[in-house]
Amino acid sequence: MDKMTGKQSILLDRGVYIISSASVVGSKEEEGPLRGKFDLVCEDPMMGQESWELAESTMQKKAAQLALEKAGLLPAQIRYIFAGDLLGQLIATSFGLETLDIPLFGLYGACSTCGEALSLGAMTICGGYGDYVMALTSSHFASAEKQFRFPLGYGNQRPLSATWTVTGSGAFILSKKHGSVRISGITTGKIIDYGIKDSMNMGAAMAPAACQVIVQNFRDFDREPSDYDKIITGDLGYVGQKILIDLVSREGYDIRENHMDCGIEIYDQETQDTHSGGSGCGCSAVTLAAYILPLLARGIWKRVLFLPTGALLSPISFNEGQPVPGIAHGVVLEHVE
Amino acid sequence: MDYINAFWVGGLICALVQILLEKTKLLPGRTMVILVCAGALLGAVGLYEPFQEYAGAGASVPLLGFGNLLWKGVKEAVDKEGFLGIFMGGFQASAVGISAALVLSYLASLVFEPKMKS
Repeated sequence: MDKMTGKQSILLDRGVYIISSASVVGSKEEEGPLRGKFDLVCEDPMMGQESWELAESTMQKKAAQLALEKAGLLPAQIRYIFAGDLLGQLIATSFGLETLDIPLFGLYGACSTCGEALSLGAMTICGGYGDYVMALTSSHFASAEKQFRFPLGYGNQRPLSATWTVTGSGAFILSKKHGSVRISGITTGKIIDYGIKDSMNMGAAMAPAACQVIVQNFRDFDREPSDYDKIITGDLGYVGQKILIDLVSREGYDIRENHMDCGIEIYDQETQDTHSGGSGCGCSAVTLAAYILPLLARGIWKRVLFLPTGALLSPISFNEGQPVPGIAHGVVLEHVE
Repeated sequence: MDYINAFWVGGLICALVQILLEKTKLLPGRTMVILVCAGALLGAVGLYEPFQEYAGAGASVPLLGFGNLLWKGVKEAVDKEGFLGIFMGGFQASAVGISAALVLSYLASLVFEPKMKS
């Protein structure tokens, strides 16, 4: 029986399965530690389009199509898409998915969008409101820089604390039909703001939100860190990871052994000059599709807590001197025998 | 000798600003404003002219020199035109530099495309 549990979680007993996933990335991601695991690598960062935004839209469409192919489904069979991206007014999503002709819920969770989309998709399936539902998100380095920092043509230098927005899109199809990985629970995050104003230190801004979701997840499900093979954040990076472990330990839990961060996994810091690590909606999405889900499917990991985090700032809020609030969306993923 | 002076003075200004950028949280835009204001101030107290005579392009090319240029332009225009000179002087003095920057950047944009960083 699916039910609310604790303060922020839902226990999904009846089974929502991830029946297919697809990852589309750019060349930098393919040059990193996860090379060979992605479904499609696009060498051309413009993807044959005239703007970075349209390139990101193209990636979304390709990811959606690949996920559909792998599941043997047609777009018409998908009841809902839950999707979002980093750009203003979600233009990558709107222009990317319009031709799929599928009812769409556009989401903004910044870099936590993957977790948010999977959470809402799971709730929809469990509620009996769709046989097949798609969760999808993307980010593109160049469009994100233009949105949040400076356009590439400006030629600015990036500080060492900055993260590198992943160029990638991940798509996931959820269903009641059996798959090898299921979503067994979700813990939805709240906006947590510790007053961090440094937009170059996103890890510090988002770690408190991740901590809140992790701790609440333990309390809501009556679990310990060791109940999970891995506790995976999206893009806290090296700096954020340290802060998170510290914050969580103050709540009485030690996650040093099993914490993992997609932003750390996706790039090689030494050889790829990516400073603090990877970030963006695509970071957690493609790492989930290419790296985490296969390990869960094979049973190498039995249960993980996947919680990408987002920094809820805009260029305007930052320029007006506002701090950076964070949010995290937790999804419990389990191996199915 | 002129070349050497221009080189090390210009380089020193750049190095000092780089330290400012790395050690403080100052954004590039704000740093540039500081440079222009500092140059105008140094020009107003009469320090920048002798500095520029010594270092040549090393003093006139960096943004510090631009501040001085603005100051000089405004001063000359005020001497000639009175109150209105406050508004005319800065643009007159910097017109060549700004136009050159505009035109040359436009030409560059016709030739070069922004590429993805890697």
